[in-house]
Amino acid sequence: MQTLEDIGRQLEELGQGLGLDYFPLHFEEVPQSFMLEIAVYGLPVRMPHWSFGVRYIHQLIQRRMGHSRLFEVVFPGNPGRAYLAKGNSVAENSLVIAHVLGHADFSKNNTLFRRVQEETGYQIVDLAARHAKGIATAIEEHGQQRVEAILDAALALEAHIDTHKGVHREPYPKFRVSAKPSADTFRGRFQSLPGEDVAVAEMDPVQVAEPVPPSPEQDLLWFIAHYAPDLEGWERDIFLAVREESFYFQPVFGCQIMNEGWACHWHAQLLREAKFLSSQDYVDAVKTHSDVVRPHASGNQVSLAPNPYHLGFCMWEKIVREQGLERAFEIRRHDDDFSFVRNYLTAELAEELELFRYVAGKDGVVRVVESDIDELRETILAPKYNFGAPVVSADSIDVDGTLHLVHDDRTDGRGLDLRRTEKVLEYVQRVWRRPVRLETVDARGAPRTLTAPTEA
Amino acid sequence: MMRPSTFVCLEDGDSHWYDLFSRGARDWLRHNEIIGKAVREKLPELLSQADVLGGRDDTVKVPVKFLEHYRFRLRVPEEQAGAGQGAAKPGDKIGKVGRGEQAGEGAKGAGGDDDGGFELMLEFRIDDLVDWLWEELKLPDLQQKTGGLRDDEYVREGWNRRGARSRLDRRRSMKEAIKRRAVDVDGPAFKDDDLRYRQLVKRSRPATQAVVFFAMDVSSSMRDRDRALAKTFFFWVMQGLRRQYQQIDLVFVAHTVKAWEFDEDEFFQVRGSGGTVASTAFDRVIDIVDDRFDPSRYNVYLFYASDGENFRDDHDRAAAGLTKIASYANRVGYIETPASADRALTTETAEIFAAARDAGAPVSSFALTGNDAVWEAIREFFQEHAAGQAR
Repeated sequence: MQTLEDIGRQLEELGQGLGLDYFPLHFEEVPQSFMLEIAVYGLPVRMPHWSFGVRYIHQLIQRRMGHSRLFEVVFPGNPGRAYLAKGNSVAENSLVIAHVLGHADFSKNNTLFRRVQEETGYQIVDLAARHAKGIATAIEEHGQQRVEAILDAALALEAHIDTHKGVHREPYPKFRVSAKPSADTFRGRFQSLPGEDVAVAEMDPVQVAEPVPPSPEQDLLWFIAHYAPDLEGWERDIFLAVREESFYFQPVFGCQIMNEGWACHWHAQLLREAKFLSSQDYVDAVKTHSDVVRPHASGNQVSLAPNPYHLGFCMWEKIVREQGLERAFEIRRHDDDFSFVRNYLTAELAEELELFRYVAGKDGVVRVVESDIDELRETILAPKYNFGAPVVSADSIDVDGTLHLVHDDRTDGRGLDLRRTEKVLEYVQRVWRRPVRLETVDARGAPRTLTAPTEA
Repeated sequence: MMRPSTFVCLEDGDSHWYDLFSRGARDWLRHNEIIGKAVREKLPELLSQADVLGGRDDTVKVPVKFLEHYRFRLRVPEEQAGAGQGAAKPGDKIGKVGRGEQAGEGAKGAGGDDDGGFELMLEFRIDDLVDWLWEELKLPDLQQKTGGLRDDEYVREGWNRRGARSRLDRRRSMKEAIKRRAVDVDGPAFKDDDLRYRQLVKRSRPATQAVVFFAMDVSSSMRDRDRALAKTFFFWVMQGLRRQYQQIDLVFVAHTVKAWEFDEDEFFQVRGSGGTVASTAFDRVIDIVDDRFDPSRYNVYLFYASDGENFRDDHDRAAAGLTKIASYANRVGYIETPASADRALTTETAEIFAAARDAGAPVSSFALTGNDAVWEAIREFFQEHAAGQAR
């Protein structure tokens, strides 16, 4: 029987021969229970928070109800870290290793992944573990409740970062240099009076204090970490730890269709060429492939969300077939899901894949509706806008420290869920330690200012 | 040249190592702890719903929802749109989605933490609940009635060189032998002098037993709601008293124009017809005390629940009965479940109790108009009780 390492080495040789380019990988077999935790936390070792406990129980229940198994998880970095479920068969492991190679190639070369890795170092697994350790220390020093209050707020704002500004940012400038006073202002005229020697042209430029923030700030995690009136150092560290992990999660989220599709394309490709597999192993591997890459759950005729594995896989197959491998490598370097779907999901392919758009009315009945390809693409992409979160920015701080948040309902098309928003404001207020208000619109489109519910 | 990849296999049997550090389980326990605290804060509210008291074990079960970790989220629109896949053409109806489920949930990122409608049954020990309640309601601890109430008991105290074989303390004897041999190295292993016997001493201690009478008017004017309120009050007053007495006997007396003793199960089911003659219940209680519970050895409590509509002719007799019970009872509680809040404690029965109180008897009266009033009444009862004892 072939060992994990035998299969791995041969697949790597094959993949590298076909042009896959990745950092060395560290493969590790772990029990199914550990795989489940990785799925829950998103990282092998991550900070403790009760909300992960809730997700964990949901996962456990779902697993017990016989939903799909987890085969592998891979984390980008140098080396990349791949966790394989203990108990995979030879066939499954061949597929999984080939799949991991696809991911590793993607995360080394894709622009979004590259940028965040350059900024956070190439060791996300270790970084998260360090954060977890720091937070464990904070719990010892400051008590669980205080740490939890910070994490309640920070994790609730997890998606509210600004990837364009990057991980490492300078504080806002304190002053802005205003234009030189022109000659017709009072001061200019005064100085031009006879007896005033200083010429207008030689005057110092005027410094004007900048408001904080100078313009609406979408990176709420960064903003609160640096501008909350009474935040202590260790509390800021926790905020920034959560933020750093969010920067890691953003490309995973923003390239899911591409990345999963790319990995599926490569495991299919490598298995087709893997002459070292026995024919039985090959058949088993192909069967596993079709379980993973299928449009809807077995037995179902339709699904209400396209499977990103299947969608991505089909798109890449078409691209490689019609435009060649070189072009495919280029696309995986420069695109994210938005450009990928908008550019390469053609009407023809959408029809072939039986993709459709539906609406569910107040009665909950789901009706398939006619739609053109543009509408369809945007519907697929809609849950991905702005890291999947509403557009909320910090607008201003009052003299008394009150923080004003503004929800951009025009971009999002509707207002916020009022009840949940108030709860989030409650989390934020505990950290900001001054009143926090948020402007949005209600169901009828009328402006609403929300505050944290006053504590009884 | 690129560094080669590395492979680490997991030996069978190494898996349990991972289970020791289950972070998911740790965070799940923390979640339950937080829920427990939240429940604790709303306890009086939750527990005054009578169905929580269903079980007779020493625990109560409270159903709670999973906590949600809130995030900013868009309002659920009138019409949710989504993308799907499969054999369907425009106009087809393909099932239903629940209101509030975000369309395209499958494509959601790190934030998917809907509770999915699961419920969690939290189980609390009644003792713990009572502890919390006592803190919450800021109730004083009661003192027991002592004067003259004595129980004799034997307690172990000290050792003797002589005694019955059954009270030989082996450990102690062995120690003595070791001590002796430390000096007398060549001595025998054991001598009679080494043996130590436990001594018993007769002690008298304050009585810690009580008898609690629950009497209820079960005439036709008592509605189900009134009974439920009385039951809730009885239950919690009982929990409070249990903290004070090692042993409590419960006696249930129901009455209309006559009075009967019941066991607990039947008591809350009993339904009578006809009018209300409170004195029958009081007389019954007096008979039972005379028969079975010597007031010099028992702390006596009486709780009487009624809607207050006693026959006018019964006034003197009821007052006499009450006065007699109050003369030896630690405390008497009157629980009125009035038909309307504005008539509370102005009834015939209420007047009898008020008169007794004015005469200096340890009597408290409460009007239970709703579930909230139960907690107020419990608090007041125990506060007055403690104050009465301090005097």
